[in-house]
Amino acid sequence: MKNRMDSIAAISTAVGNSGISVIRISGPDSFVVAEGIFKGKGSFSSFKSHTILYGKKIDPDNGSVIDEVLITKMAAPKTYTREDVVEINCHGGYVTASKILELLYRQGIRPAEAGEFTKRAFMNGRIDLAQAEAVMDLISSRTEKSSKIALSQLEGKLSVEVNRLRQGLVDILAEIEVNLDYPEYDFEEITAEKCSVRLEDIKEDLKILIESFSFGKILREGMEVAIIGKPNAGKSSLLNRLSRKNRAIVTDIPGTTRDILEEYVNIHGLPIKLIDTAGLRQTDDRVEKIGVEKALEVIDSSDLIHLILDAKSGFEKEDKDILEKVGQYSDKTLFVVNKTDATDPEKINEIRNKIPEFLEISVLEDSGINALECEIYKFVNKSRMDTDNLVLVTNARHKMLLEEALEGIDAAKSAIDKGMTLDIISMDIKSAADKLGEITGHMVSEEVILNIFQRFCVGK
Amino acid sequence: MGITFEEYDVIVVGAGHAGCEAALAAARMGAKTAVFTINMDSIANMPCNPNIGGTAKGHLVREIDALGGEMGRCADKTLIQSRTLNTTKGPAVYSLRAQIDRRSYQREMKHTLELQENLHLRQEEITDLLTENNKIVGVKTHLGIIYPCKAVILTTGTFLKGRIIIGDVSYSSGPDGLFPADRLSESLKGLGIELLRFKTGTPARINRRSIDFSVMTEQPGDNPIVPFSFEHETIDREQVSCYLTYTTEKTHKIIRENLHRSPMYSGTIEGIGPRYCPSFEDKVVRFADKERHQVFVEPMGLDTEEVYLQGFSTSMPVDVQIEMVRSLPGLENAQIMRYAYAIEYDCINPLILKPSLEFKKIDGLVSAGQINGSSGYEEAAAQGLIAGINAVLKLHNKEPLILDRSQAYIGVLIDDLVTKGTKEPYRMMTSRAEYRLHLRQDNADARLTPIGYKLGLISEERYQKFLKKQQAIEKEIERIRKKNITPSIEVNNFLERCGSAKIKSGVKLSDLLKRPEITYESLREIDPDRPELPASVTEEVAISIKYEGYILKQMQQIEQFKKMEKSLIPEDIDYNKISGLRLEARQKLSEQRPVSLGQASRISGVSPADISVLVIYLNAITRRSNENDE
Repeated sequence: MKNRMDSIAAISTAVGNSGISVIRISGPDSFVVAEGIFKGKGSFSSFKSHTILYGKKIDPDNGSVIDEVLITKMAAPKTYTREDVVEINCHGGYVTASKILELLYRQGIRPAEAGEFTKRAFMNGRIDLAQAEAVMDLISSRTEKSSKIALSQLEGKLSVEVNRLRQGLVDILAEIEVNLDYPEYDFEEITAEKCSVRLEDIKEDLKILIESFSFGKILREGMEVAIIGKPNAGKSSLLNRLSRKNRAIVTDIPGTTRDILEEYVNIHGLPIKLIDTAGLRQTDDRVEKIGVEKALEVIDSSDLIHLILDAKSGFEKEDKDILEKVGQYSDKTLFVVNKTDATDPEKINEIRNKIPEFLEISVLEDSGINALECEIYKFVNKSRMDTDNLVLVTNARHKMLLEEALEGIDAAKSAIDKGMTLDIISMDIKSAADKLGEITGHMVSEEVILNIFQRFCVGK
Repeated sequence: MGITFEEYDVIVVGAGHAGCEAALAAARMGAKTAVFTINMDSIANMPCNPNIGGTAKGHLVREIDALGGEMGRCADKTLIQSRTLNTTKGPAVYSLRAQIDRRSYQREMKHTLELQENLHLRQEEITDLLTENNKIVGVKTHLGIIYPCKAVILTTGTFLKGRIIIGDVSYSSGPDGLFPADRLSESLKGLGIELLRFKTGTPARINRRSIDFSVMTEQPGDNPIVPFSFEHETIDREQVSCYLTYTTEKTHKIIRENLHRSPMYSGTIEGIGPRYCPSFEDKVVRFADKERHQVFVEPMGLDTEEVYLQGFSTSMPVDVQIEMVRSLPGLENAQIMRYAYAIEYDCINPLILKPSLEFKKIDGLVSAGQINGSSGYEEAAAQGLIAGINAVLKLHNKEPLILDRSQAYIGVLIDDLVTKGTKEPYRMMTSRAEYRLHLRQDNADARLTPIGYKLGLISEERYQKFLKKQQAIEKEIERIRKKNITPSIEVNNFLERCGSAKIKSGVKLSDLLKRPEITYESLREIDPDRPELPASVTEEVAISIKYEGYILKQMQQIEQFKKMEKSLIPEDIDYNKISGLRLEARQKLSEQRPVSLGQASRISGVSPADISVLVIYLNAITRRSNENDE
């Protein structure tokens, strides 16, 4: 059982494409941690309880700003859990929220278990048992239901993969343990080098799993679509059109969008995060330059790229430069020619000579937008099919446990390098296996013993 | 009914390794105690291997000794060879093992029992347990005598309905040709106790004079001898050797050709045998690729020519046994004195026990050793000691002694048995202990002697000696942590010779000791003002510093673990009233009635979600009762 006095955090709004996400932190460290990552007018500690403050979330490791937030400070006992509570309202979307959440975990806050806020509310006497039980029932029934839906398939695959890695660790452990528990028998002694090589293999696979976390979000959170193109090709107009909002400032002055704009849109029921980038061009403007650099990062990390070309200006040198930059991402690039309202067939042909296939749209005349949405939808479904054979980590708790397992393996490897004895090395491997067991619900020590008796001939 | 004789506080049924410890502990704690044995000459017998200790088992012996038990002292007095196993594999698994002069051990232990105040020894077979309202009131023996008593400790070993199997021959018998206890099983069943059938076995004994040792590998003992008991500083004794030989292709062929005659494979044996102690035919069948298996030839004592063949247990018919033994190099002319046999016996499902080893449903009944599904002398003795202690604590209406998994191997052993149960005879292994680096054999006294002292099992004199040792350890650790070492030529020469990196600036002596290639002993060279300290002190000092980081990590894990263990579940809890529990959890919890949340979490079929529900429920009860108090 986890320490009741530690602090916990979770996103408390529903997962999905809502405008605002709320992260709730509860426990004795809430205020200290909030203080460290919040930058507003005056320090967090100087604010009164039960007030809402405006400020920025910063990463204390490097001082970078994550998001603008509204933060609510609520001192115990007049809170939901009767502990110190901080609620952070951040801009919509799981991505920002989970970034903040990961930041909190790094500061020693633990991910809340299902129903844990309610559990604390109960334990601290705020709600009675019947209420608490009702909430717990709800949580367990919801878990049962959700296990039946599509995600279960993915999670099932995850346990298979985690189990495979755990089995690898259990095998190594059994080889070590049989030497420790049956020192007189003539088994081949497991050498530190062999052990190290096998740990390295497991480590690599573990890393892939951990890295899949960000990709796993696509399925839950939809995918990121980067809109790129030369300045004034109409990227921001397209963003506004797709999101049916006027978030991006649109002018006909090239270079208007200097920062990254993000917007969640709903396309045929799928959550899609649109990212409007600065126009890509050589520039001496320092601010714009940063925008361009960021755009390149976005191109790399996004799931789908919309390269916008301008039917008015045809294929220019800037387009050629951009084409070169996205060349390596060809399998996730969709070419879109905007401003087909101002048709100059020659200009279109100029483009067609360089790019054989593209979608024609006109944001101004609202034509081709439906077709574009269909393409996005098709692409999402296509990537869904591709991921059928992939193992994805979608749960932050799982990711954290995988990272802890990785730490255990690293510790074991470093113990091996330092020439530590087998009993010590085994301790770190076991802790890694235990972490993986927390995902799949297995007890390691019993399996090691079973494994010893199956594989080794021991006994009097 | 019969004649009623003397009344006792505690009656111990059986005088094997569990029974001896139980009887001594009860008597030493002031209870009027009687120990019953079927044969007065078989007290503390070793019907199988003539050794004590080994991996995890050596730890158990040290723990028994640290609590004030007898096994370690008795082994020290009668050992004829001593070794420390795993010396290269790390301090957590250093394990003492000694070859014992079997007859001397028995004599020594019997005499210790005879000399013990408050303890009577009686040669009678217990046939009935007498109860009133599910509470023990006495026992009845085969002579029809009734002994009234307040508590009974069952330590029946392999005697209950014992049946020996050799090939197609099987007969009712206890171990080593002793009488079985055939009637007590019925009495236990009458009390509603379900009995299981377990099986174990032992290899043949050979006359040493018929063996050619010249073709075998000699295995001498270690020098100096490291004692089991914390009471003994040194043991100066001549040691005898063991010998190693290997099975051959011929041996394996004999097995394969005669497999149909093995009772294991023909279905004569119903009992469940242990995986870690397979018969040799099992080994050949299950590990068909293995070309040869080790067989250790171990002396049974100094005044006997009998030797024991470790690794060669079988239940084959005698003609096959003779062929098997004689196929071993050096044993071509072997003269078998006792044939190998398998033995089946009744035991209980230990899930019906509380962590104190008391029966949940019968007040005053306690059990220890093989009847609880364990195997091994050390496992038996450890449980016997705890059973004796708890029988007496109960008489005084005191809380039982329950060692947890972070305190002792004894805690791991008993918790495994009473929480997880066992499907085969249970053997202690170091891999069963989660907190192995803390549960070392060198610090067993630090972990347990204060407990033994409080119970009255450790004398004032020994306790003072223990405190002094602990002070000496702390003082030396402190000194090494504070001592500065400068990068002198002498120091760097020393480091170079040890294959260790040179130092450029001053470091603490403890920093050097933490390097794997540097030992406490070797540091003496650059540590001239080191005090003269006994090996038992320096060993613990060295381990404490060398593995400091890892020990710290382990202590943090233990702290987390303790929180769960300390959350007690009230005895009268009704799991059916807790609506959030899943059906399976409700059933398992109702059946097993764990004492703490920690124990509950280790029961198979109870999920973490169930535990959360339980936490909520328990908090509600505590809160309500607090409010009522206010």
